[in-house]
Amino acid sequence: MTAPAVIEAHDLVKRFDGFTAVDHISFAVPEGVIFGFLGPNGAGKTTTIKMLTTVLTPSEGRLLIAGHDPVKEPLLVRRAFGIVFQDPSLDGELTAAENMELHGVLYRVPRTERRERIEALLRFVGLWERRDDYVKRFSGGMRRRLEIARALQHRPRILFLDEPTAGLDPQTRNQIWEFIRTLSRDESVTVFFTTHYMEEAERVADRIAVIDHGRIVAQGTAASLRQETGGRTLEDAFITLTGHSIREAEAAPIDRMRMMRRMWRSGR
Amino acid sequence: MNAVFILWLRQLKRYFRSRARMAGSLGQPTLFLLALGFGLGPTFARAGGGDYVQFLAPGIVTMGILFTAVFSGIEIIWDRRFGFLKETLVAPVSRLEIVLGRTLGSATVALIQGTIVFLVCLAAGFRPAEPLLLPLALLFMALIAIMCTAIGTAVGSVLEDMQGFQLIMNFIVLPLFFFSSALFPVPDLPGAVRLAVRLNPLSYGVDGLRGALNGGFAFGVATDFAVLGLLAAILLAIGAYLFSKIEV
Repeated sequence: MTAPAVIEAHDLVKRFDGFTAVDHISFAVPEGVIFGFLGPNGAGKTTTIKMLTTVLTPSEGRLLIAGHDPVKEPLLVRRAFGIVFQDPSLDGELTAAENMELHGVLYRVPRTERRERIEALLRFVGLWERRDDYVKRFSGGMRRRLEIARALQHRPRILFLDEPTAGLDPQTRNQIWEFIRTLSRDESVTVFFTTHYMEEAERVADRIAVIDHGRIVAQGTAASLRQETGGRTLEDAFITLTGHSIREAEAAPIDRMRMMRRMWRSGR
Repeated sequence: MNAVFILWLRQLKRYFRSRARMAGSLGQPTLFLLALGFGLGPTFARAGGGDYVQFLAPGIVTMGILFTAVFSGIEIIWDRRFGFLKETLVAPVSRLEIVLGRTLGSATVALIQGTIVFLVCLAAGFRPAEPLLLPLALLFMALIAIMCTAIGTAVGSVLEDMQGFQLIMNFIVLPLFFFSSALFPVPDLPGAVRLAVRLNPLSYGVDGLRGALNGGFAFGVATDFAVLGLLAAILLAIGAYLFSKIEV
């Protein structure tokens, strides 16, 4: 844990019309680790990821991603990370290879390197044989694997995963984490993920931060968090830290659309 | 290969692969052409307007372009939540490149769709008066396509979810179409309607296209071209600006 930090946040704040979504949080992610960012719904996880990935501008505080400020040098920061979003972000009308190709062109990966990377990564996630199939025919797990392969194509130093296993069955979830662990080792990429599944975080994350009501309430390893709270599992520790109350968030447009999407897909 | 080109290519691939969409968006203009063209044709001829299908065809071609272009802009709403758009927004390319590639791609698709509607019109008996002016007609179609796609981009960038879809249809797309002189000649209109037609940017597209295909511009070819070109540029700038403000 002595590696230099590749993600640094100092007193990071994000306010929306008087509501403080992220309230003076500070953390550092050393190069090469798998970092779990946990918290209940509406705790500020996604807002934080959006600030780290140049999509939202912080209201206050300082951020360094791979040595660059996301506000001042967004393009340099964007080149340094790959991301798998919570909602799918593939083009279903394109093939797996075409989705990869598009990413490579957008990230200016040179043509020969692009070919090599696409083949190597598609082989690794087991989709090389399906490279010419339309993504709309892929299962949820296959899509996730493709998104992970795509995010790594330009050799980022950091891989952001926003709830990468949400909505997948246990077998697929295990497989996805297996890929992520192997990739973090072989590609020496730093992984920053959020999840709702505590046992996954416990198994995979080298370091964990728990965020609630926009503040970081605990940081450390799964073992140190268990010890701190006297919980038997990370889930116990999480509930001790964040309480039993269920967070009722107001349905945002995105939730309504997720619902429409589920209804529409199940009808087909 | 650069970002603008590959995003343009993506729009084209999506279009050619989605046959259902292609056929679906041909249905409406064809229906209008057949029902109105042949339904109102005799009345139009008795009133001294001449061949109604001949008059109507440029309007129907415009309609095909308008619908295809605006809807591909509105696709942004869906795309930014569950589609590929998010991926492009965190890529190390400027928003301007993304919006240009996307808009030019959608405009090209709309132009192709307009060309197919034109062929449908030929099959229904429409004949261009001056075949040598076909390139001019194509130019007007391209300008209409760019302008309408820019409108779609602007609207798609502002709306949060699909709830606003009906609103767009009833308060933007249909008024643009109905008050564009696509269906009726301008000179004898009552004052208020004539004003609406004169203020509608699409009228200049319909007039330019009709002039190029049938001969006779109501507003003058230079006016049509200037208004359309200027508005396409302004709307493109507005669309690009609003797109640059999208938050994922």
